[in-house]
Amino acid sequence: MVELSHDSRPIIGRGPPLGATFLTLALLSIALMVADQRYPQIQRVRSWLTAIAFPVQKGVDLPFRAWNWLGESFADRNRLRAENLELTGRLRLANLQLQRFAVLEEENRRLRDMRENSAGIAERVLVASILNVDLDPFRHRVLLDKGAADGVFQGQAILDAEGIFGQVARVNAQTSEAILISDAEHAIPVQSNRSGVRTIAVGTGDPAKLSLPFVTTEADLKVGDLLLSTGIGGVFPRGYPVAQITKVERAATATFALVEARPTANLDRDREVLLAWFQPAVPETPAPAAQATASASVPPAPASASPTPARAGASPTPAQPGASPRPAQAAPGASTPRAEPRQ
Amino acid sequence: MRGDDFGSRFAYWFSVAIGLVLAIVPLPDRFDPVRPDIALLAVIFWVLARPRIAGLGYAWLAGLLLDVLRGMTLGQHALGFLVVAFIAHRLQLRMRMFPLLMQAGTVMLLLALYHFIIFWTDGLTGHGYTGWSRWLPVFSGALLWPLIVAAGDTITRRSR
Repeated sequence: MVELSHDSRPIIGRGPPLGATFLTLALLSIALMVADQRYPQIQRVRSWLTAIAFPVQKGVDLPFRAWNWLGESFADRNRLRAENLELTGRLRLANLQLQRFAVLEEENRRLRDMRENSAGIAERVLVASILNVDLDPFRHRVLLDKGAADGVFQGQAILDAEGIFGQVARVNAQTSEAILISDAEHAIPVQSNRSGVRTIAVGTGDPAKLSLPFVTTEADLKVGDLLLSTGIGGVFPRGYPVAQITKVERAATATFALVEARPTANLDRDREVLLAWFQPAVPETPAPAAQATASASVPPAPASASPTPARAGASPTPAQPGASPRPAQAAPGASTPRAEPRQ
Repeated sequence: MRGDDFGSRFAYWFSVAIGLVLAIVPLPDRFDPVRPDIALLAVIFWVLARPRIAGLGYAWLAGLLLDVLRGMTLGQHALGFLVVAFIAHRLQLRMRMFPLLMQAGTVMLLLALYHFIIFWTDGLTGHGYTGWSRWLPVFSGALLWPLIVAAGDTITRRSR
C-alpha cells in the first residue's frame, strides 16, 4: 500500500501530469460557468445532462411518493368519510359561487371585449406535481415533473389554488425548475385590491414573507390589503391574488415605508401546482419606473419592456379557451427565443 | 490486477452515486442546511485510498453531475470537486499517515475551501447568500469523516 513516488498514479499509461489535468479541467469549468451565464446555447448541453439526472431525481422522488400513496391507500375509513363529507359540502358551496361567477365572467368578458382587451386571464392550465427533491437550501426553487415535452416554456406563470406560486426558471426535457415568488431573486408587479396602488413585491428568502421596498410613505396601503397581480410585464396573468399585507411601518424621516406581505399561495406546503397559459395583458399606460424595476429584478424571465406590435392585431379576437394556446405563448416579448418549447 | 481495478472503479462510482442521491434527498427544512457533502467525502476517500484510480477527471465529472442534479450553474461544483481532489492528491502520502482526528481536521479545511469556491462563484453569478448557515456542512462533513473512513475501509479491506 505504500508508494514512494510523490505522484502516485500508475507509471505506465500515466497520462498528462497532474498539474496539467488540473489546469485543463479548471479552465473547462470556468468556461462552462461563463457559458451558462452568457450563452443560452449551453442549455442544450444541460438538457443532455439532465437526461442522466432525470432517472436519479425520479428515483429519489419515488419512495416518498409511494409512502404518500400507501398512507392514502390505508387511510382510515372514518377519516375518508369525514373528508368526503367536508369536500362535498365545500363543492356545493363552490358550485353555488360558480353560478354567480359564470354570470360575472360573461359580463366581464363582454366588457373587456368592448375595450378590445380580453387578455390576462389564464385560459389553460396543466397540473404539475413537485418532485420530492431538494435543490439548493438557500434558493426557493422546486423541480416540477413537466418539461419541454409538455409544452412548458421559460417564464411561464405557476399558480396554485390560493394564488400565484412562481414562474418557470429553466426548462428541461421532462422536468422544469420553478422559482418561487419568495425567492430572494424574484420580483412580481402587484396592485392593491382596495386602493389600486401599484408596486413591486420582492421575495425575501422566507416562504411566509414578501417585501415591498418601493412604497412611499404616502402610498395608500394598509395591513390586510390584498395584493393582486397586475399582468404588467406579461409573465403573470392579471388579477390573481399574490399576497396579503401583514405590516406597514412609516417612519417620519424615511421616503419609503417598510411594507411586508404574506403570500397567499401555500409556497411551502404545495405538492401540486398549475402551469398557466394565457394571453398577456397589454397595459394601456404602464408605469415606466415600475416597469424598469420589474425587468431589472426578475433575471430568469425578463419582463417584456415593450408590448409587441403583434398584440394589437391579436387582441380583437376574444380568447378562445383551449383553442391553440401555443401562438398565444409565442407572441409575448417575455418569452425570448430560447424560451420556446421544443427547440 | 485488472479485475481488481474494475472492482475499485465500480466501488468508486457506486459510492459517489450514493453521495449524489443523498445530496438531493428531501430533508426536513431544519436539517437541510446541515446536509454533509457525502459525494465529496467519498471522492476524498478514494483519492487517499486508491489514488491510481480516483483521478481528477473522475472528481470533476462527479461535481458536474451534482451541478446538473441540483440545477446549479454548470461547472460550479465541478470546479470545487476538482480543486479539492487536486489538493488531496498532492497531500495524499501525508494524509494517509495522519491520525484520524488530524485527518478529519484536514478534511474540514478541504471542505471549507470547497464551500468557499461555491460561495465565491455563487457571488459572481449573482446568487449570493451570505448567512452563516451555509458553512454548516463544513463541520457536519468533518464530523462524518471517521464514519466514511470506517465504511470505506471495510470495502477496501475485503478487496485487498
